[in-house]
Amino acid sequence: MNRYETVFILTPVLSEEQAAETVDKFKKFLKGKGASIKHEENWGLRKLAYPIQKKTTGFYYLMEFEAPGEVITPFETEFRRDERVLRFLTTAMDKFHTLYAESRRNKAKEKKETKAEA
Amino acid sequence: MADEIRYLNPIDIETKQEKYCRFKKHGIKYIDYKDADFLLKLCNEQGKLLPRRLTGTSLKYQRKVAQAVKKARHLALMPYVADMLK
Repeated sequence: MNRYETVFILTPVLSEEQAAETVDKFKKFLKGKGASIKHEENWGLRKLAYPIQKKTTGFYYLMEFEAPGEVITPFETEFRRDERVLRFLTTAMDKFHTLYAESRRNKAKEKKETKAEA
Repeated sequence: MADEIRYLNPIDIETKQEKYCRFKKHGIKYIDYKDADFLLKLCNEQGKLLPRRLTGTSLKYQRKVAQAVKKARHLALMPYVADMLK
């Protein structure tokens, strides 16, 4: 079971629930293949550094999961098939990457708490 | 007595500032492709990667930086070509 991290961009044309529905589709696909999702982040609508398919903004979504190796290629063909996804990138997470991801998560949590208190 | 030339104020020869690899010094082990503003520090105005002789980073981390910047460009977090980025 290796650890992977996927970031993908959805077209801005979608409404909120359509975007959420596509994300659920990928989550179900992963769960169906026996992967366990560790962490998700929704960066929401962000400006792209250069236009992709004539669009200048996109919904960014990050997913961190643990899965056996052979799940990745069908997962990526799933991304290629879905035309709502502008771009995706799956990276394998080595030891330092996982440590970094955890520390990033704690920092985000602390920031949220301090914001909640303030 | 030509050798006894004394300057009014001592000429400050530009001391060569010792370059260091910022990743080794601060003990950074992983360069994240997601935070673009850190990667922008290692690029010039056109968004191109700065060479090692200017940034002083070691070869091992320069390769990691290059990979991270290319992933960030793929995800449109960083531009391939930019003008007046900073």
